Amino acid sequence: MILKEQLKTEITADGAPRETFVINLGPQHPATHGVLRVKMTMDGEYIVRAEPVCGYIHRMQEKMGENRTYAQFLPNTSRIDYLSAMTYTHAFVGAVERALKLQVPPRAEYIRVITSEMNRISSHLVWWGAFLLDLGGFTPLLYAFDDREKILDLLEAITGSRLTYSYFRIGGLYNDIDDAFIKGTRAFVAQMRPRLKMYRSLVTDNIILRKRIIEIGPISKEMCRKYGATGPVIRGSGVPYDVRKVEPYSAYPEFDFVVPTFEEGDSMARYLVRMEEMAQSLRIIEQGLDKLPAGPVMAEKVPRVVKLPAGDYCYAVEAARGRFAVRIVSDNKEIPYRVKLRTPSLSNLSLFEEASAGMLLPDALALMGSLDLVIPDIDR
Amino acid sequence: MDYWINGLMTPNVPEPKFDVAQPTTPPAAAASAAPVPPKPTVAAAPPSPAPVQPVLAPAPVIPNPLPHVPLPFKGVDYAAKGYHADATVAPDQVVFAAEQLDKEGLSLDTITGVDWMAEGQMEVVYDYFHPAKALRVVVRTRIPRDNPEIASIHKVFPGANWHERETHDFFGIRFLGHPNLTPFLLPEDADYHPLRKDFAQ
Repeated sequence: MILKEQLKTEITADGAPRETFVINLGPQHPATHGVLRVKMTMDGEYIVRAEPVCGYIHRMQEKMGENRTYAQFLPNTSRIDYLSAMTYTHAFVGAVERALKLQVPPRAEYIRVITSEMNRISSHLVWWGAFLLDLGGFTPLLYAFDDREKILDLLEAITGSRLTYSYFRIGGLYNDIDDAFIKGTRAFVAQMRPRLKMYRSLVTDNIILRKRIIEIGPISKEMCRKYGATGPVIRGSGVPYDVRKVEPYSAYPEFDFVVPTFEEGDSMARYLVRMEEMAQSLRIIEQGLDKLPAGPVMAEKVPRVVKLPAGDYCYAVEAARGRFAVRIVSDNKEIPYRVKLRTPSLSNLSLFEEASAGMLLPDALALMGSLDLVIPDIDR
Repeated sequence: MDYWINGLMTPNVPEPKFDVAQPTTPPAAAASAAPVPPKPTVAAAPPSPAPVQPVLAPAPVIPNPLPHVPLPFKGVDYAAKGYHADATVAPDQVVFAAEQLDKEGLSLDTITGVDWMAEGQMEVVYDYFHPAKALRVVVRTRIPRDNPEIASIHKVFPGANWHERETHDFFGIRFLGHPNLTPFLLPEDADYHPLRKDFAQ
């Protein structure tokens, strides 16, 4: 419903009156995937200004970091972006290990890579289903959740949790993987490849989808750089920026994979980047299982009480949505002095206002879906 | 998890065969994945006596990765800290620093604060990253804690808008020249700054 006082008439440069009105998209709207509110000033069906309003599920994770120990804060890291919990935990334990100069055993690093990539696929599958649901196609969601279920089952067997894993611990892992996991993961990789092929013929090559997202919501390289957008958004604009390649961490230098990049910068390019990334993640998982070294999964000299030397320590990882970085400032106590969480969704959404100006409302929803937002990741 | 391994959930996909052959490989992966035979029993292999080696070799520290930028950058050991260069500048230099790093092609990572209550100072930390090469740069400055004011860099990097609003929420740092310094994550009537060390519930 539009209230009368929300209608505003202004005279444009060529003398014609222009009536705009304000509508609220959200905070409870199916296309915002959570509690994101977008205040939209509309000129008919066209967007004059779309201003995201954040903070509806703000939990002050950074304050929580300042009043509990490093081990106690570890479960929080899984709950920032609940769809890519593995990689977020990796950044936090990575920063602590960097400060303690702990050497993580190679087997643990390999398992971290394997499970992170499985997590990436499951995250992309949720995005894929939800994005197409936004565009009006319900069926792909069921396929996506069917495949994702297998990853969740495999990860549940070794981590004990289906979503918020907290599997990585300071110095290594919670426990080792077993033969059943390796067997099941190989079976999953074998099953997933024909599924990706089927996704292509079922959805990607579908003329309805192509007409809906090709040339919709173009984002330039320069806009990505100015706003700090990362992940599939910047790779869909032709910049091969991937933390796994640019600032290699963990065991990633030992893996052979390609960073998929598309020049177009439209919603289709971001779609294709993620679809291609799933295939690359399958390659990484397979290589990891082939080359998996033997040995322990926990470093030997992990202190029982973790106290970091004074100073600040950063660790960045490539999460499913882009660059996630943790900055820990320590004053040599058991509790961190400051924990800063740099989340990719916040930077990716911040360009929405500029990118969506002048678009049709349904096209802006396609653009928003292609950014792959997770609201707790923005609000923290 | 047996129910899906038996193929019950996916009737249109052939049942997976264990320990038999390489699955169908996409053309991009053919070169690397084809010659490696699968070793499904790796976990059962005897533990190797080899000592634990770090996976990454440490990169050498460059004294100043940005020598032509007129700012006091110092090279930092990436393996120990997680960034490559660090500069402490005067508070009135942050916009100049942003302009210089913008010219170098860097991108704004984040802006945050650190409350040093004992010293009566507020630290503002600007993180930058390069989208094409391994170069993470930190620019930091300190402002008085009782009157925390600093110039906004949103004209150089529009992405700074939200980071500055967030820093204002959490620390009460006022970014001068900011177009819309209203609460971002906190409630719209919030008049408290939770990450200040003297914040009480």
